[in-house]
Amino acid sequence: MSYSEKLIDHYQNPKNVGTLDKNKQNVGTGLVGAPECGDVMRLQIEVDDATGLITDAKFKTFGCGSAIASSSLATEWLKGKSVNEAVTIDNMAIVEELNLPPVKIHCSVLAEDAIKAAVNDYRKKNGLPELKFEESVVH
Amino acid sequence: MLNFPIYLDHNATTPCDPRVVDAMVPYFTSAFGNAASRNHPFGWQAEEAVDIARQQVASLIGADPKEIIFTSGATEADNLAIKGVFEMYATKGNHIITCNIEHKAVLDTCKHIEKEGGEVTYLKVMDNGLIDLAELEAAIRPTTILIAIMYANNEIGTVMPMKEISAIARKKGIPVFSDATQAVGKIPVDVNKDGIDLMAFTAHKMYGPKGVGALYVRRKNPRVKVTAQIDGGGHERGMRSGTLNVPGIVGFGKACEICLNEMEEETARVSKLRDKLQNALLQIEESYLNGDKEYKLPHVTNISFKYVEGEGLMMGFNKNIAVSSGSACTSASLEPSYVLKALGLGDDLAHSSLRFGLGRFTTEDQIDYTIEQVTQTVNKLRDMSPLWEMYKEGIDMNSIEWAHH
Repeated sequence: MSYSEKLIDHYQNPKNVGTLDKNKQNVGTGLVGAPECGDVMRLQIEVDDATGLITDAKFKTFGCGSAIASSSLATEWLKGKSVNEAVTIDNMAIVEELNLPPVKIHCSVLAEDAIKAAVNDYRKKNGLPELKFEESVVH
Repeated sequence: MLNFPIYLDHNATTPCDPRVVDAMVPYFTSAFGNAASRNHPFGWQAEEAVDIARQQVASLIGADPKEIIFTSGATEADNLAIKGVFEMYATKGNHIITCNIEHKAVLDTCKHIEKEGGEVTYLKVMDNGLIDLAELEAAIRPTTILIAIMYANNEIGTVMPMKEISAIARKKGIPVFSDATQAVGKIPVDVNKDGIDLMAFTAHKMYGPKGVGALYVRRKNPRVKVTAQIDGGGHERGMRSGTLNVPGIVGFGKACEICLNEMEEETARVSKLRDKLQNALLQIEESYLNGDKEYKLPHVTNISFKYVEGEGLMMGFNKNIAVSSGSACTSASLEPSYVLKALGLGDDLAHSSLRFGLGRFTTEDQIDYTIEQVTQTVNKLRDMSPLWEMYKEGIDMNSIEWAHH
């Protein structure tokens, strides 16, 4: 299986690895996956309350190269987006950007799920109703 | 000066020794005859070459040349042994005992036998990867017609107590079959000393060519018979029809000869490198050796690096170092290694494993580089692993409700 240069670059030089203070009111944290499944993704967003824009995004991922690259890419895309825009990021866009092979599509789904979980965590903390999402199809 | 990529996956396959290739070459062109052509010099030449190779192969395992059946590889030999015994001894019984970390060539053949009305006991291995002899003895029934236990495991390199296994089988008069693919050529294997009645092995794991292997079938004390699975011209004393792969067989013979002559020296050298690699990698925090420490092939080690995922780990250096992982991501099934799970490893540790298989041409420089690269990559990936962070913070990962997907 050969991977795209973009994917390898995200794996070798991942963007935004790290941890935000999950106790802060304006930080949303999404933790998805399970150790037994071979991937766990934690994605965090920090939101500017005044503008509703995501000012920072961090991730930590346990998983294969595609999972690491998908989460790294997701954090890049999240910065500067509004919370509402964030949830429109589609896993297939990640698949396309990284040229993920079919067996790795689940990694992009996981990244999409992590974004949604982080946004919902932020909404919950700030008294907003959680968004309902359709169950992801590919797992 | 290191040449990349470095090959540390010798359990998957080995390169042909140049001496093996040199021996084979004439049998593709000038000496191309069919070993079954009895009436002209081309056939005689091929037959003679096969006879010599058969002797070389037999010598490596302490057998008589007449007891060697050439096949296309170990998978075919596994099939011939198990299905062949099942059919040949149908009037005696229908029960086979094997274990749950056998190669798929054995396990899936046993599944086939079950569909044909056979009964199979899959012994569970202990957490060191060895079978419990008391359990083996207890599993024997009056209808047991075969005990099929691998000599050495392909993923973790553990070596089964074959002498003890065959002693139990002998008491009850049950033939022992062993898939010795990983052991022959690497450690001393002697069918008489080990009490083995049928044994599968292959050339490409011992610096010979792919596409040729053998089944050893004992001819006396006791005489064992198998029903042919491939019908045709009655080659190999009727047990395996098909024109002999003369160049392959010649290469197989040469490979066996080299292993016999050089095994002692090679084992000493390679096991020293393996120990260096293993000791260094076990220095890494939260790394675990899989399989027994002592009963083990000299050139293999399998280690889990907790909180990093195997495929992600390999990606850190797989341009330069070839190893394999028990991680699900490396297999089509998305299930982690059944061998590691059989040792009682959780899926998380199974996902985190790497297998290193050293070989004849592995150098100390390569091992030093591998130690450095693996250590660096484990550390780098742990820095971006949420599980490592939780572990360091003392969070109990079992207390988290994971979203299984």
